[in-house]
Amino acid sequence: MNLNPMEQFAVKPILGMDKPLLTIAGHPIYFTNQALLMVIVAIASALFLTLAVKPNRLVPTRGQSMAEMSYEFVANMIHSATGEDGLKFFPFIFTLFIFVLCSNFFGMVPGSFTVTSQIAVTFALACLVILLVIVTGFMKHGIGFLKLFVPHAPWYLLILLVPIELISFFTRPISLSVRLFANMLAGHTMLAVFGGFVVALGTAGSLAPLAIAPMLLIVAIMLLELLVAFLQAYVFAILTCIYLNEALHLHDHH
Amino acid sequence: MEVAAAKMIGAGLACIALVGAGIGIGNVFGSYLSGALRNPGAAATQTTNLLLGFALCEATGLFGLVIALLILFAF
Repeated sequence: MNLNPMEQFAVKPILGMDKPLLTIAGHPIYFTNQALLMVIVAIASALFLTLAVKPNRLVPTRGQSMAEMSYEFVANMIHSATGEDGLKFFPFIFTLFIFVLCSNFFGMVPGSFTVTSQIAVTFALACLVILLVIVTGFMKHGIGFLKLFVPHAPWYLLILLVPIELISFFTRPISLSVRLFANMLAGHTMLAVFGGFVVALGTAGSLAPLAIAPMLLIVAIMLLELLVAFLQAYVFAILTCIYLNEALHLHDHH
Repeated sequence: MEVAAAKMIGAGLACIALVGAGIGIGNVFGSYLSGALRNPGAAATQTTNLLLGFALCEATGLFGLVIALLILFAF
């Protein structure tokens, strides 16, 4: 039996939507499984977060405390990483965090599709973050924002340091997006490969009882992947905060 | 045929990058633990740095994995 572990990442039009929705400059636009999952993630998270705090009980139910905890978690994270004036970016970072977190968790459901395992999605998110950082920096400091690329050092070192700072700044969207994408891709590929072991052993006649071993391993890896799903969403959000902090305060905190 | 074989070998070699990530992640958590056991009071304040170090470290290894996937599927 030949199971391709990369097959789960294929972007294809969902069933019954084989015709393109519209055509832009000769490129057909389909409603794909990825678009469907993104819509589901956005609607589910927005509905949950609004409905959970709607009754606003004094003694919260489980749902309400989950919504409140995620709010407090992100607010504390922003406050500790960027200080008071970072809090005005709360809506953006909270949305980003919840979207990445829910995409990762929805991707863990067997048979569904992981939105964040597509470099196109994560790179778009990372570009959004870097654009926000650049715009914020120039709005707050004007042309002085360029001092971000000039560390405190003698002039002969600056010849070396300024290009390094520039490269490190402009590779940030790449590292930010590749980190999330590669983590999700590697995790789901690993699950599929071990799933292939179960199928191969289970259909091997007298060796079939041995298939329980990779099966148990999958359960363990699944738990690890749940941790990674949360951790990567957290890392994405905290790195956004750290980049914003640099744009807001330049080198003040160093 | 030789190109296909070379691709497979190249992709395998690219995955050696994960060795460095493994060493790095071990180092991050090991250092955190030894620091946290010496000074448990300061441990809780450093979890952000811990996770950040972990993520930055892991990313470098995953870049190698991405190279491997690029060799296999993009060329």
